[in-house]
Amino acid sequence: MSPPSLDELFESARAGNRRSLGRLLTMVERQDDNAAKVSERAHRDAGQARVIGVTGAPGSGKSTITGRLAAVSGAERPAILAIDPSSPLTGGAILGDRIRMDNNVSSSTFIRSMATRGHAGGLAVAVPDAVRVLDAAGCDPIIVETVGVGQVEVTVAAAADTTVVVVTPGWGDAVQANKAGLLEVADIFVVNKADRPDARGARRDLELMLDLGHRGEWRAPIVLTTATEGEGIDDLWSEIERHTSFLHHSGELIRRRCRRRRSEVADRIELGLRDRALRIIEAQSGESALGRVERHELSPAAAAEQLLAALIPDNPPEE
Amino acid sequence: MSETSGTSPLSSVDSEPLRVVLAKLGFDGHDRGLKVVARTLRDAGMEVIYLGLRQTTDSIVAACEQEDADVIGLSMHNAGHLTLAPRMVQAVKEANLGVPVVIGGIVPAEDVAVLIDAGVAAVLGPGASAEDVVAAVRAAVTRPSPAR
Repeated sequence: MSPPSLDELFESARAGNRRSLGRLLTMVERQDDNAAKVSERAHRDAGQARVIGVTGAPGSGKSTITGRLAAVSGAERPAILAIDPSSPLTGGAILGDRIRMDNNVSSSTFIRSMATRGHAGGLAVAVPDAVRVLDAAGCDPIIVETVGVGQVEVTVAAAADTTVVVVTPGWGDAVQANKAGLLEVADIFVVNKADRPDARGARRDLELMLDLGHRGEWRAPIVLTTATEGEGIDDLWSEIERHTSFLHHSGELIRRRCRRRRSEVADRIELGLRDRALRIIEAQSGESALGRVERHELSPAAAAEQLLAALIPDNPPEE
Repeated sequence: MSETSGTSPLSSVDSEPLRVVLAKLGFDGHDRGLKVVARTLRDAGMEVIYLGLRQTTDSIVAACEQEDADVIGLSMHNAGHLTLAPRMVQAVKEANLGVPVVIGGIVPAEDVAVLIDAGVAAVLGPGASAEDVVAAVRAAVTRPSPAR
């Protein structure tokens, strides 16, 4: 039995075959030679799905909310991309988001767990590709869930049409949360575990912070949920839909997606340059710039500048 | 790719980590062992998709398809292994997944051969060390080429 071609895989994934879709996702996750082909093929059909990012502190209830959201969306084929950190020491990971989802997700929801696999830059390119594949396979909406710690994770969740930031009562004051860079990416806030005392206090903190100023015409609404009971999830979905229609009417959707593709290209350039730079450095020895750094004749900054100048000219090439 | 390239089985890191679905089938609440195994496999560089308690053969097959898993690990402590394990193997066969099933937990010695005959790839009892668990999972998986 010969392995199916990419076209066959896409066709079958589009028809709803979970296994074909699962395989395509593995290919882009590995970012090998196949990934480029898969990405290319997916990009032709992508751009239809709504992409929703969900982020927040560990244990704030993101997975439960995400699972419930997929269920109340009423969509035929919702998809969830659940991202968890790999262990920096062993490269392994425990991907446990499904246990919060399976019991309340209709079987039409496609759930894929993804580990960060140690390389932050890789995540920044693997996730957009995975979203692209889900999109091309006809999934909609696509909900990307990441832990809101670390800039890359936040950025990944923020690379969505609508970004939902989840906090819980007692999460700390707004100043603390601002440090994490979480708050400025929010289109919608959720105060989850709203059955706990001081949920209103958490909301008040957020309101105060929003009063201090927000960007553009959209002021992020604050939704109280108790996700384990399913409370407030309908309200959250309504706010997501309200934001979607705001994106359409304001022209912000086109701007956001344009920005997103731009930064993806930039991320890929960065990754490629880094790879090449590392190869050059590995190959260097003796009288090289690196050797002179070793002998304290050249600063690392100056050596990097030299090597960079050799790698690409300073002026951008003419179109 | 060599899975056992000289280093300790607990520390060797694959460039493409194995993806393992871990679950308990049906009515069986003892998940401590499964949690220990999850940690052990993670520490061996694998990606563990943890489904936890009260799964069905259908939910496990669906997870394997979506997650493109390389192997299924089931923990059994309710004496239902002679019924449930072959059912899982059968479900994997029917879905044409080609994913091996490894069983851990309480399985009487005389039942081990029965399970192996039924198509289970390996059976790990209470005495199994972390190294045993990792080695059994690795051995169960004959990894396909990346392209497939």
